[in-house]
Amino acid sequence: MAVDVTQLRRSPLGHRYRELEELSALAPQATLAEEPPCTQLNLRVRPGSPPLDRVERALGVALPSRPNTVCESVDGRYATLWLGPDEWLVVAPDGTAEPVCNALNTALNTALDGGPGSVVDVSANRAVLRLSGPAARDVLETGCSVDLHPRAFGPGDCVQTMLARAQVVLWQRDDLPAYWILVRSSFADYLTDWLCAAVRAQTRGR
Amino acid sequence: MLLIECPWCGGRDETEFGYGGQAHLSYPDDPHELSDERWAEYLFMRDNPRGPFAERWVHSAGCRRWFNVLRDTATNEITASYPIDAREPVAR
Repeated sequence: MAVDVTQLRRSPLGHRYRELEELSALAPQATLAEEPPCTQLNLRVRPGSPPLDRVERALGVALPSRPNTVCESVDGRYATLWLGPDEWLVVAPDGTAEPVCNALNTALNTALDGGPGSVVDVSANRAVLRLSGPAARDVLETGCSVDLHPRAFGPGDCVQTMLARAQVVLWQRDDLPAYWILVRSSFADYLTDWLCAAVRAQTRGR
Repeated sequence: MLLIECPWCGGRDETEFGYGGQAHLSYPDDPHELSDERWAEYLFMRDNPRGPFAERWVHSAGCRRWFNVLRDTATNEITASYPIDAREPVAR
């Protein structure tokens, strides 16, 4: 009997949905929720090489060359996050892992000429939390040493750093501000505990 | 806490980094040619200066890239950080 694996899929924070909803109702200045699953691909290709152009054309999004920035497609369906000088995280709609992987592999293989490069589906690697509201930055600043002030960090910026001693990819989505926090699934429960406590502490009496 | 300048990500807390010891050590061209003493020297013996010291660091919580740092071992002052394939800065 064939098993439909998509039916077996569990979201890392699915069991805390109600808890996060209740907290967000109490503290609308900084609402916390898990994002619906999305496709995440780790892409490595040498900057300034022909395969990189092919990959950008296949994706329809540029790969940011400036560290700690994000490029998004016009329709907002695809995004590329800078992870390293030759490494990016491709965020794509849920369920597109296979076609996008194949397209990128073709772009890499036909143009690589034996050079280095890879694309790996890491969708299950990280859970995605969304923290948004006027107090969101205050919440993050209690556990993160990177400067998140608008003069240094704004929409379209991402940063890999430690948040409450957990390694995260932090991506500011808009001016509200809203942040995406991508964290290893095994750290998701811990980080949610910490974020809930920080949200309570920062929104108390507001 | 040291503030270390990653050549790609900029200044970050020391806790984001890992330490990799002395920089600019090259693997012997032909290890079989070395005497046991020279081989042991290559493997285990490192400079331990008081003053400027070129050392390797890895930005393990960030971009996960290795790079080199010129740090004064007496004052902890960091005067340069540069990519792993760059030459050691001369000006000290």
